Amino acid sequence: MRTTSRYRAARMIAAIGVISLVAACAGNGGAAGGGNTGEGGAGGGGAGGGDAGGYPDQNITFIVPFSAGGPTDTVTRMIAEPMAAKLGGKIVVRNVEGAGGTVGAGEVARAKPDGYTVLMHHIGMSTAPALYKDLGYKPLEDFEMVGLVTEVPMTVVARKDFAPATLQELVTYVKANAGKVTLANAGIGAASHLCGLLFQTAAGVKLQEVPYEGTGPALTDLVGGQVDFMCDQTTNTSGQISANEVKAYAVTTPERVKSLPDLPTTTEAGLPQLQVSVWHGLYVPKGTPQGDIQKLSEALKVALADPGVIDRMAKLGTAPVPAGDATPQALRTKLEEQLGTWAKVIADAGVKAS
Amino acid sequence: MELLDNLALGFSTAFMIQNVLYCFVGVLLGTAVGVLPGIGPTATVAMLLPITFSFEPVTALIMLAGIYYGAQYGGSTTAILINLPGESSAAVTALDGHEMARQGRAGAALAAAAIGSFIAGTVATVVLAVAAPPLARVALKFGPAEYFSLVLLGLIVSITLARGSTLKALAMIALGVLFGTVGQDIYTGTPRFVFGQRELYGGIDFVSVAVGMFGVAEILRNLENEQTRTAVISKVKNLWPTREDRRRMIAPILRGTGLGAALGVLPGGGHVLASFASYAVEKRVSKRPQEFGRGAIEGVAGPESANNAAAQTSFIPLLTLGLPAHPVMALMVGAFIVHGITPGPNVITDEPALFWGLIASMWIGNVLLVLLNLPLIGVWVRMLRIPYQVLFPMIILFAAIGTYSLEFNAYDVYAIAFFGILGYILIKCGCEPAPLLLGFVLGPLLEENLRRALIISRGDASVFLTRPISAVLLALAVAALVVAVLPAIRRRREVVFTEDE
Repeated sequence: MRTTSRYRAARMIAAIGVISLVAACAGNGGAAGGGNTGEGGAGGGGAGGGDAGGYPDQNITFIVPFSAGGPTDTVTRMIAEPMAAKLGGKIVVRNVEGAGGTVGAGEVARAKPDGYTVLMHHIGMSTAPALYKDLGYKPLEDFEMVGLVTEVPMTVVARKDFAPATLQELVTYVKANAGKVTLANAGIGAASHLCGLLFQTAAGVKLQEVPYEGTGPALTDLVGGQVDFMCDQTTNTSGQISANEVKAYAVTTPERVKSLPDLPTTTEAGLPQLQVSVWHGLYVPKGTPQGDIQKLSEALKVALADPGVIDRMAKLGTAPVPAGDATPQALRTKLEEQLGTWAKVIADAGVKAS
Repeated sequence: MELLDNLALGFSTAFMIQNVLYCFVGVLLGTAVGVLPGIGPTATVAMLLPITFSFEPVTALIMLAGIYYGAQYGGSTTAILINLPGESSAAVTALDGHEMARQGRAGAALAAAAIGSFIAGTVATVVLAVAAPPLARVALKFGPAEYFSLVLLGLIVSITLARGSTLKALAMIALGVLFGTVGQDIYTGTPRFVFGQRELYGGIDFVSVAVGMFGVAEILRNLENEQTRTAVISKVKNLWPTREDRRRMIAPILRGTGLGAALGVLPGGGHVLASFASYAVEKRVSKRPQEFGRGAIEGVAGPESANNAAAQTSFIPLLTLGLPAHPVMALMVGAFIVHGITPGPNVITDEPALFWGLIASMWIGNVLLVLLNLPLIGVWVRMLRIPYQVLFPMIILFAAIGTYSLEFNAYDVYAIAFFGILGYILIKCGCEPAPLLLGFVLGPLLEENLRRALIISRGDASVFLTRPISAVLLALAVAALVVAVLPAIRRRREVVFTEDE
């Protein structure tokens, strides 16, 4: 008798345990929204309190076609908070990785154009058509533009005991030693790869590229002296540059970066053709109501003017685009121009991803 | 003396009330996501990162670090109880841990994991405090050639993961390596084995393979017939390790801690090897190798300690050089930057309170994990008394939700069904899933480093022998291969001999 009741009690406890486990897992699944619920609620006064126009009356999903924690993901989560506050709804960030961002972009291209699926993509939006022969979507035709977000500068860095001291010396050196020098990147289509291609075109040389599965491991091997040089975003390199763990030659934007005031621009250093930034834009599927796009674009402008966002972006070595560029037209112009540039660079280099 | 001053600074920072609180929140969340296969520490840290923007930098980092090592801790629970490993290290724990659970010794297995992890965490914290900067410099000596040789050594040593035939273990490793090649090749962008499916471009997710091959296959096996089904879990004998268990745990815990602490320092994938290596070592030095795979407590205590030690020391490259060894640490680099701290060699001197506070908090976190987990053991073990016809649909549901939550992709759920059926067939053929899983995890590392080393050397394969660290590792690999194959040959001779008689 006693054993039976004990058994029953144990079973009860066990059942409760399992139920709470399942609940915890459901809670976790929801935590993707949970984290962002907090964000949206912070300024927007909670769910359901949408604008008079009705949109948004449900969660908006921001698709990031790269891994959680990467620079694009960080920027997205940064602006999601103030955008949600302005829109008066909730924004859920989802990472849909794979194939240089084309899996996530393809998913948005095929999504219902109701304003609730938004894509955050970077420079890869303009390079994919040249890299992938069977993309499944057309950047200019299958998307509506919302606006530009930020342009992250890149830096040319080398292992600290690498011989050349300036960018010009680097060009001369790699030309003379083209058979020996190694150029690291984070895989085909990565910003570091594109910047490296542009460097080779500008310097008129073909180098041995060493691909890595991300810029983290590539930078580790650069600090360890296993490879010679690479191009990478300031977000990743500024710490190593300030600590003299790597040698920095130049920053690839027209203006110097605040966090690295001594680093010349590529123009100042004598290689003006090497101009590249990792620009980010927001897109929605073709056919999304113009009113919704308008609201998203307005919210983007507000987010980019948010002092917290400006401050955090500055720490990452970047800045929001001017308010005039956070518009559908500015993004379309940028995308058209970049599609042309990269189609040529990639074709000249003879690179194909699939 | 300086070390004591530094530790005093660290503990005074870590013991501040909000830091202890968020350390607890971190390890609690970590344990929770570790228990659930699927949603891992990376996704959790990514989601919580924006919340930490408003914290003090040290508080934010303490919490994020807690999630990471807490998840390493929690992963063993589901592996032991229901054979559902969510991380590669937990797959090793499942080998003997789940066997122990089937024999009614789940409590002892969970306690061994908890105690081992605590001791390992404590030792690794000391290692971090005493030797972080020089160790990081040593780690940088590891280039692609060294990683290739290390991974090769790991693969060969791990043939011991199988309890049956060496040949079948090798075949399973090869199959695992092949599954690991699915997806887009990072060197050329060429898709391999994707059969036109865009979902496969990113490769197969580890969680799908592990959950399918271990969890689902196990359920299929249990459901074979009424008799075995009712006898799946024998009566829970004792909740705590017996005196004999405790005696057998000590040496594996210490060896695992040392091995894990050393491997964890290597940013290019050392921490992945830690638990596999420890298991192999324990089986090799044990007087009872035949018990491994059949519920040997050494097979739980050693790998769990190694895993936790490695999780802790893998912070060394991040804290001393600003180089992340794991996606979670890449996120933490972001957290550093957002708080205006440039991760790199200057952190120790510029932000001593942060550096030492974070290290001290790891020890506090380990204490909190033990306090959190030991009382839970009783609750977990009771869960096993649920009748199997109720438990197994729950496990499947749990696995499906967990896997789906990875990327909200139904494809991952189909994948667990596929690997479940494959795992069942393989078990029926006498092939074990653990070596396959190891090949799956290490295969891509092996290939990438081999190709990278050869690209850098311009195709000159002698780099593997001319670089001293690599040469030593390769020599060890050859020795390990000889040791692994010899007994098999000897046994065959003995068999032949007995037949002759």
